[in-house]
Amino acid sequence: MGKTFAIGIGGAAGQGVATPGDIFAKIFSRRGLHLNAYNAYQSIIRGGHTFLTIRTGPEKVTNMGDRVDLLIPLNQDAMDRHLGLLSDGSACLYNSETIKPGIAALGVQLCPLPVSKLADVTRNKVAQNTLAVGAGLSMMGIGFQALEQVLTEQFKKKGEAVVSENIGIARAGYDYAGANFQPFAWPLPMTAIRYAVLSGNIAMAMGGAAAGVKFYCAYPMSPSTGVLHWMAAHARKAGIMVRQVEDEIGVVNMAIGAAHAGVRSMCATSGGGFALMTEGLGLSAMMETPVVVIDCQRAGPSTGVPTKTEQGDLWQMLGAGFGDYPRAIAAPLDIGDCFKLIPEIFNIADRFQCPGIVLCDLLLSEGRLSIDPKDLDFAAPIDRGELITDAPATNGDGVYKRYKITESGISPRAVPGVPGHTHTAASDEHDEDGVLISDEFTNPTKRRAMMEKRMRKVTGIEAAVPPPVLWGPHDADVTLIGWGSTKGVIEEACEILTEQGIPANQLQIRWLVPLHGDAILDILKQARHTIIVENNFSGQFARYLRSETSFVPDGHIRKYDGEPFMPHHIVEAVKEQLGGKSKLSVPAHEILV
Amino acid sequence: MATALATTNHVAMSNLKGKVDPDWCPGCGDFGVLAAVQKALVDLQIPNHNVVTISGIGCSSNFPGFINTYGMHTLHGRALAVATGVKLANHELTVLVTGGDGDGFGIGGNHFVHSMRRNVDLLYIVMDNQIYGLTTGQTSPTSRLGMKTKSMPFGSVEAPVNPISLALAAGATFVARGFSAEQKHLTELIKQGIQHKGVSFLDVFSPCVTYNHDNTYQWFRPRVKKLEDEKGYDATDWMAAMGKSLLWDEEIPIGKFFERTDVPTLHGAEPVLDAGPLIHADIRIPKDVTRTFIEELM
Repeated sequence: MGKTFAIGIGGAAGQGVATPGDIFAKIFSRRGLHLNAYNAYQSIIRGGHTFLTIRTGPEKVTNMGDRVDLLIPLNQDAMDRHLGLLSDGSACLYNSETIKPGIAALGVQLCPLPVSKLADVTRNKVAQNTLAVGAGLSMMGIGFQALEQVLTEQFKKKGEAVVSENIGIARAGYDYAGANFQPFAWPLPMTAIRYAVLSGNIAMAMGGAAAGVKFYCAYPMSPSTGVLHWMAAHARKAGIMVRQVEDEIGVVNMAIGAAHAGVRSMCATSGGGFALMTEGLGLSAMMETPVVVIDCQRAGPSTGVPTKTEQGDLWQMLGAGFGDYPRAIAAPLDIGDCFKLIPEIFNIADRFQCPGIVLCDLLLSEGRLSIDPKDLDFAAPIDRGELITDAPATNGDGVYKRYKITESGISPRAVPGVPGHTHTAASDEHDEDGVLISDEFTNPTKRRAMMEKRMRKVTGIEAAVPPPVLWGPHDADVTLIGWGSTKGVIEEACEILTEQGIPANQLQIRWLVPLHGDAILDILKQARHTIIVENNFSGQFARYLRSETSFVPDGHIRKYDGEPFMPHHIVEAVKEQLGGKSKLSVPAHEILV
Repeated sequence: MATALATTNHVAMSNLKGKVDPDWCPGCGDFGVLAAVQKALVDLQIPNHNVVTISGIGCSSNFPGFINTYGMHTLHGRALAVATGVKLANHELTVLVTGGDGDGFGIGGNHFVHSMRRNVDLLYIVMDNQIYGLTTGQTSPTSRLGMKTKSMPFGSVEAPVNPISLALAAGATFVARGFSAEQKHLTELIKQGIQHKGVSFLDVFSPCVTYNHDNTYQWFRPRVKKLEDEKGYDATDWMAAMGKSLLWDEEIPIGKFFERTDVPTLHGAEPVLDAGPLIHADIRIPKDVTRTFIEELM
C-alpha cells in the first residue's frame, strides 16, 4: 500500500467532528492523495463519543489501518479514550485550556493549543476545531492555500465576514504550530490527480442513477438512509421518482409495482427493514418482475446496534422469501464496487427477471473512499433483457404467453400499456398464460413444469456471473478467504504477512449467489492453510460454503463487536493459527468507541 | 376467451372477458362487481391494454384473472402499494385496485390510510362481505360486533372499522359505496371513480352467500338508501359525508358520499413527471448533469 498518514478526530456528537474531517478529506483528495475514512459513532444526536479516522496516502488506502498519527481530541473524554493508543512518531493536538492530557507513550508529541489566546472563543464556538485543522496541516507539510480555498467554499454561504474569520483562526493555528511544534517526519506528498470522495451509500445511489433507475423508494433506516438522501436531493436533476413511504413492506411492493410497469426500481434498507421485505422478494420471483434490494448490514439481531457494522445477514438473504426461486446476491468489495455493482446486478435482474440483492454493510455504506472520477462510469452497459415495450395496436389478444416455457427459462416480458399482450401476473403458481394453477383445481404436471422453467434461469445466471479469483502470490503459506467489505483490510493483512516472511494470498467473494462452489474448491484445494475471515459470530459464510461444497477451512477469524477489522487483528490471528495455537480467533478491539 | 379489438378499436364486453370464468360461488356478490367494472370500461371506451387491475389475496382478489386487462395478483394487503408504484411509473395507465375487506382494512390497513392521504390517481374497489371467505369463514375487520364465525365462535368482541369514515378522515378525495345487487348504480359509481382525478375509494357490499349468514342480500335490500335520491345532499360537504358514514343498521347510505377536485394527484404534484411517464423517459442521464454529480464530491 505504501506509506500512509492517519488522523483521528474524537468528540461528542454535535461538537463538530465531521467538519474538520470533511476539510481534511477535501484537501487530501485535491492534492492527489487517496483516503479512507471510518466514523465510529453512536445512536445519539448530541453527546456520547464519535471518533473519525481519516487515513491518507499517495496509493489506494484500503482500510482504516492500525495507527493514528495525529490525534485531535475535541473534549476530555476523547483524550482519555485515545491518547494511550498513540505510538512513537504520533502527535496529539488539543485545547490546552479545557483538556488535560494523560500519560502518552515515548515519542508521542503533545501539542497544546492555547485556544483563547489564538481566537475569540466567545464568538466562535468551534474555534478549537479550526485551530487544530490549521495546526495539523502545518505539521503535515501542506501549504496554507489549500486550507484557505476549502474554508472559503465551506463558509461562502454565510458571507465574507465568516469566511475571513475562519481563515484567520485557521491561519493562527497554522502559524502557531509552525513556531511551536515539530512537523511530522513524513510531509504529505502531492500528485496531479484529483479524486472524488464518497460514501458507499452515495456510490450505490449514483450507481443506481447510472444503471437507469427511475424509481427509488425507501423507509429511513440506519445505515441505509444516505442512499435515500442522495436520491431525494438529486431526483429532479436525474429524473428519478423518489419516495419515502409508510414502511418497508410498502417500499418493496411499490418498487415491484414500478418495475412491473417497466422502469428500473431500487430500494435500500438494513437487516430489520429487509426482514419486512422478504415476502416481496417472493412476489418479484414468482411474477418474474425484476427488482434490486440493498441491505446495508448492521450489528444484529433485532434492533441490534444501529450504528455499528457486521456481516450478519447472509443467512437472512439466503433464506429470504421461502420456496425455491432464482435470484442473485452480491456483496460489494469496496466503495468503488458499491457504484460498479449496481448496473451489473440490474442487468442480471432484468435479463433473468428475478430479484437482485446487494449485501452491503455499515463499513462501506458510511465509510468514505477516494475514487478516480473516471471510475464513476455513467455509461455502464444497460441490458433490459427480453422486454416488450411496444407492439402494433391490433395484435391478437390471447396469443401472448407471459410465462412461455423456454429453454432458458426466460419468457419475453410485456409491460402494461402494450396492445395485444394483456395478461395477469400472479403470486400464485400459474400456467404459461398467467392463469392460476389453482383455478384449474391444481395440476402437478403444470406446477412442475413452471418450477423447472423458473429454475432453469439459475443456469443462465451462473454463466453470466464470473467466478472469484485468487489475489496475491500463488505459492502462499496461508490463504485468507473473506466476502464483501473485508477485502481492503485482508489485502493489507496479506501485504504485511508477506513482508514479514509469511506469504499470504486472498480469495475475496463478491457473488454469494451464484457461488461458483466448484471454482472455489479448485482454488482452495491448492491452498496450504485456509482461514475464513468475517464480521459475525457464527461464521455465516463458512457455514454457507460448507453447505454448498463440503469445504471446511483450517481456521476462522471472526469479529462481532460492531467495529471493523484492523490489519493487525488479522495478522496476529494468522500467526496464532499457523503456530497451531487455535482454530478460531476473535480479535479484541483496543479502541473504546 | 377474449376477442381481439376490432379494427375500429371499439371496446366491447367480449374484449374484456378473462381467460377463465370466475370460480366464485354461485350467487357471490363479486359477479355483480365484475360485470359493473366491465360495463364501465365499455361505457368509457378505455382500451383494455391501458388498464391495470391489481389485487391482493382473497376471493375477490382473484378478480384480475377474470377480466382481460393487464393484471397483477399480488400479496395479501399490498395491492395499493404495488398500484402506487405502477401508477407512478406510468401515469397514463388506468389503475384499478380490487380486493376484499380483510385484505384492505386488516393486513392492508396501513397502506389504505396512506394511499387515501396520498391522493394517488387510482380507483380502489373493496368487495366488502364482512368475512374472510377464501380461508373458509373467519371474522373480518368489518364484521359486526357479536358476529359468530369459526375464529370467534362466541361472537366478536371487537367493534368493526368504518371504511367510509376512515377514508374520509384520511383525506380521500372521492369516497363512495355501492351494492353488488344495484348494478346500474354501481356501474355509475365505478365510472365516476375512474374519471375522478385522484384517489377514488369505492366500498361495495358484496354478500358472501357461503359464509356470511348475517349480512345477506335480504339483510341489505331494505336498508340501503341511495344518496343520489336524497334531495339536497351535498357531496362536496365533508362533514355531511362523515355524518352519513356513521349510519348503519336501520339505514345504510350508498352512493357518492364525498368528492373534491381541488387536490393535485400524487403524480401531478411531482415535477419529475412533468415531462411525461417515467416509462418513456431516457434511461441515461445527460453528461452535463452527471458531471455535476461527480464534481460535488470533489
